[in-house]
Order: sequence, then C-alpha cells, then structure tokens
Amino acid sequence: MKRPHERLIEALLALSAGLTVLTTAGIIWILAVETWHFFRQVPLGDFLTDTQWTPLFAEKHFGIWPLVAGTLLTTAVAVAVALPLGLTIAVYFTEYASARFRQVVQPLLEILASVPTVVYGFFALTVVTPALQAVVPGLAGFSALSAGLVMGIMILPFVSSLSEDALTAVPHRLREASYALGATRLQTAFRVMVPAASSGITVAVILALSRAVGETMIVAIAAGQQPRLTANPLVPIETLTTYIVQVSSGDVAYGTLEYNTIFAAGSTLFVLTLLLNNIGYWFRRRHQQQYA
Amino acid sequence: MARMHTIRRARLGWAAAFLGLAGCNEKSAENRIRLDGSSTVFPITEAVVEEYARVQPAARITVGVSGTGGGFQKFARREIDLANASRAISASEQRACRRQGYAALTVAYDGLAVVVNPANTWVKSLTVAELKKMWEPAAQHHVLRWNQIRPEWPDAEIHLFGAGVASGTYDYFTKAIVGTAHASRGDYTASEDDNVLVQGIATDRLALGFFGFAYYEANRKALRLVPIDDERAGNGAGPVAPSLATVENKTYAPLSRPLFLYVSGPAARRPAVQAFLRFYLAQAPRLAREVGYFPLPAAEVGQQQTLLADFVARSQQVKTIALAAPPAP
Repeated sequence: MKRPHERLIEALLALSAGLTVLTTAGIIWILAVETWHFFRQVPLGDFLTDTQWTPLFAEKHFGIWPLVAGTLLTTAVAVAVALPLGLTIAVYFTEYASARFRQVVQPLLEILASVPTVVYGFFALTVVTPALQAVVPGLAGFSALSAGLVMGIMILPFVSSLSEDALTAVPHRLREASYALGATRLQTAFRVMVPAASSGITVAVILALSRAVGETMIVAIAAGQQPRLTANPLVPIETLTTYIVQVSSGDVAYGTLEYNTIFAAGSTLFVLTLLLNNIGYWFRRRHQQQYA
Repeated sequence: MARMHTIRRARLGWAAAFLGLAGCNEKSAENRIRLDGSSTVFPITEAVVEEYARVQPAARITVGVSGTGGGFQKFARREIDLANASRAISASEQRACRRQGYAALTVAYDGLAVVVNPANTWVKSLTVAELKKMWEPAAQHHVLRWNQIRPEWPDAEIHLFGAGVASGTYDYFTKAIVGTAHASRGDYTASEDDNVLVQGIATDRLALGFFGFAYYEANRKALRLVPIDDERAGNGAGPVAPSLATVENKTYAPLSRPLFLYVSGPAARRPAVQAFLRFYLAQAPRLAREVGYFPLPAAEVGQQQTLLADFVARSQQVKTIALAAPPAP
C-alpha cells in the first residue's frame, strides 16, 4: 500500500510527462486543422505542381516549391560547409589532438552552438555578405549563399561533436589492426575510422540537416524574402520559415486564406523535419547494433 | 478592404484596451483620450503625445495602431476619440460615422520615395507609366530585366523591393501607380520592415524599391532618389523629386499624400480633447519634420486651426452634425 503523498507525487510526475505529449498533440492538431482549411480552398495539385508562390498578391499562386527550394538551397550550402569542416575537426580531435588541446578547444567550439541565431543573422547580413560581395561578382544583398555559410558555422558543433562520438565509438581493435598493417595515421583515420563510423556520421549530418531546415532567424535576416524557384545561391530567396515569420509578423487577417497559408507552409516544414528525424533515428539504431 | 482582426493589431489592441482599463478611474476619465488608426501617422502622433505629457502630465492618452481602416471601425463604434488616417474617410465609413459627426484635420504630408542603388548609373528618372510596367500584376514573371523598361538600359536582372501587402504604403503605392489598390506583381522582396528594404537596395546594384520618404531621409548616403515624371505638364513639367517644396506645392504627384487626424463630435465637446488638438496642430509641423514627414505650410496650419475651432463651436451647439471630409487631392 502506497502512502497518499507518494501517489500525489507520482500523479504530478505523470502530469508533467503528459504535458509534453499534450503540447505536441496540440501543435499537430492545430497544424492539421488549419492546413485542412487551406486545402479546402487550394487544390493539393496546385500546391504541388505550381512553380510560383504569391498567395498575398493580386495574382495568387500556391506552388510550395519556391519555398521548399529556398529551404533546401540554404540547407545544402550549410551542410556543404559543416560536413567537411566538422568531419575534419572530429578526425583531428579523435586521431591527432592532444588531450590538453581538446580540453581547451572543444568548449570554444561548442560556444558556436550557443550564439543566439539572431546574432548569426546580422553577422551574415552585415559582415559576411559585404565580404563575399568583394569576391563574388553579382552577389545580391540577400542571398542563400551568405545565409547558408553562416548557418553552416552554426551547425558545425553538431556535426563535429556527433561525428566525434561516432568515431570514439569505433572499437580500438580496428585502429590497432590498421596500425599493425603499417597504415599511416591519415590512412587509418580516413580509410578505416571514418568508414567504420559512417552511419554515426550520417546521423550527425541528418540531425544537422533538420536543424538547418528549421532554422529561422538567420535566413529571415540574410537570405531575402522573395520566393523564387532557383538553384542560384547568389540571389534573394525565401525559405518556409521566413515566409511564416513574414506573414505572422505582418497584418494578415485571422482566418483568411492568406492566414492559412502559413499553416500549409508549417505543415510542409513539419513533414520535412519529421522525415529527417526519423531517418536519423533509424540510422542510429542500425549504428548501435553494428558493433554489439 | 475591411480588415477585422489582424494578428499584430489585435495584440496591440488588447494592450491598449488593458492600459485603458488600468488607467480608468473617476478622475482620469475626463483626461483620457483614446487614439487609434494608421501606422503611417503613428510616429507623428506618438511624438506629439510624448511632448504633451510633459506640458500636461494629467492627460492619459492611449495610441493604438490598427491601420486606417481598423481605426475608422473603432471610431464608428465610438471606442476612440481620435482616428489617425493616411487616407480620407471612405463613403461607407462616412455612413457609419454620420451620427456622431466628425472633422478631418490635415496634420502633415507624406511622400513615397522611389530609390535605386547609388552604383546604378542608368536610371535618371522614371515615368509613372514605367513604374506601372514594373509593378503591375501582369509584370509577374515577365518584366524581369532593366532593358524591358527602356531598351537603352542594361540587359540585367531587375531586383524589386517594396512595402509588404499589409501596409498602408503598399495600398497607396499600388493605387497611385497601378491604379487599383492592392494590385501588384508578387515576385518582389516584400517586407513590412523598411530597414530590410533599405538594406536590400543599399547592397544590390540592380535593385529598385519604394518606401516612405522618412526611411530615405535616414539612409541618404546608401540610396539614390529617383525623380518621378507623371507626364502631366500642369503638375510640374518633367521629372520631380520629392522634397519639402515639391510636396508642399503638390508637384510631386502622384506619390505624395496628406495625413489626417479625425476627431468625433462628442470628443470635440470635451475640453481635454480640445486642448490636446490645439497642441497637436501647433506642434505637428516641427514634429512631422523630426520623424521624417513633410510639415504643413504655415498658412495651412492656420486653416486647420480655424477648421478645428469651427467644429468645436458647432459640436457644442448641435448634437448631431456631419461635416464632409475634405476632397482627396
């Protein structure tokens, strides 16, 4: 027989766990309902096949692809920066660096993850863009390139520390066997350790991807606000997140079709990150079983 | 176009309502003045209210920002005493406000600036027809290069920046240039944040954009103003750039407009409101200039003061009167 106050505490604990579940359920519910309102007025076919996104203007188009393209473009630039750099850092830390060096440098690297994203945004707009314009002709004041580069810096700690975990998890015997066969450190690192940790590194990249897809402030400030179906990183584009910010900070009337568009964009974003997180989860499980 | 509840505005409205309630007690009721309406007029009104608080600390003035249309709706429901407006009252709004009576005071002039990047060497001026060609809905995905506007201009992309669709500036620009309010192309960088537009144009050689003159004033060095030609000789021949003189003599057309403050009949009967309005008209020219608008010429200030005095006198005699709004210029 449990004492009453223990039951009370148990109930409170269950309630706090339930609260997070309820919050998630509530978000999904609102997204679903508002998105349903949107698709009652806009056919899904238009949403998926139209190549223009101008729901606020006189000539309305509801093709989501310009926003998805903008999101993927900034994300691709970010990963193109973060993956090689992050992996190199992780290899250096696990294979080369002294313990002392790691102790000093690693926390500094982690600081990158704690810089507020609005600061990154203004850094991209006022430092990186002008610097790039001196080198890259034709770079506009807002661009996927500049925002993506800075976003790459932001997700660098994710990629490097998760890759590092993956590399550390590779059993010692592999490294020792490699050395025993006469391989150099570099060969061991990139031909044995990295391939052995590849699924863990993939998880790192996928999680970083989903972070980059949902990133809002940097792209809202530095990537532009013009939905455009393009793979050119030099011109202003608009991401899903920027669109949501733009509309919800404006004065669009509640309950109108224009208002519902932000939920359609939000659902698209939700599906994208959910997919990425699930792929990451699936990879992690495979990775955990690998050397068991 | 009537906007009932807007996301941000609803929030501001609640804040204003809350402040209103918080400050509501017997003594302050007669000193309370409720104001709402245009976000364009807001900076002037805000500046006046701040200064008024110094000379008249007892006054309790709340200023909301519901947009011109939202302001008039509250004005008709008698929820506010004064309405900021960046256009004259419409026919349907006039009907809604007829019972209580109202007067429109012109407080300042606003000009829209059309600007390009300082590194743009080709645009010396633009005609209204050329602006229309760039901005009308039909231009969407068709007019994309500078040489489509004038053949001698470079064969390079044109990057357009403009006010967001929810702003009065957008309504006004589309009405003046395209001919229909709220009709424009959709493939341009649209932002309610004028600083984003300034930043975009200042860093892009191929850019062209429009916004309120105040933001040009604050960023003169980073932008180049484009004179506009409305191709009507009677209205100043040739291209005209916005300035104090061209806005005052109304040759900077069609991109300049008067800004109004509407006062209701019941409010005009209250001494607190009368005192505030007299202060407003006297201070508006100086403060309008400070916040980046064009002040009313001294002669017009006198006219507005007379108009106010007449309206106050008539409101005290008759309970229900209707004064026609001044004709839109």
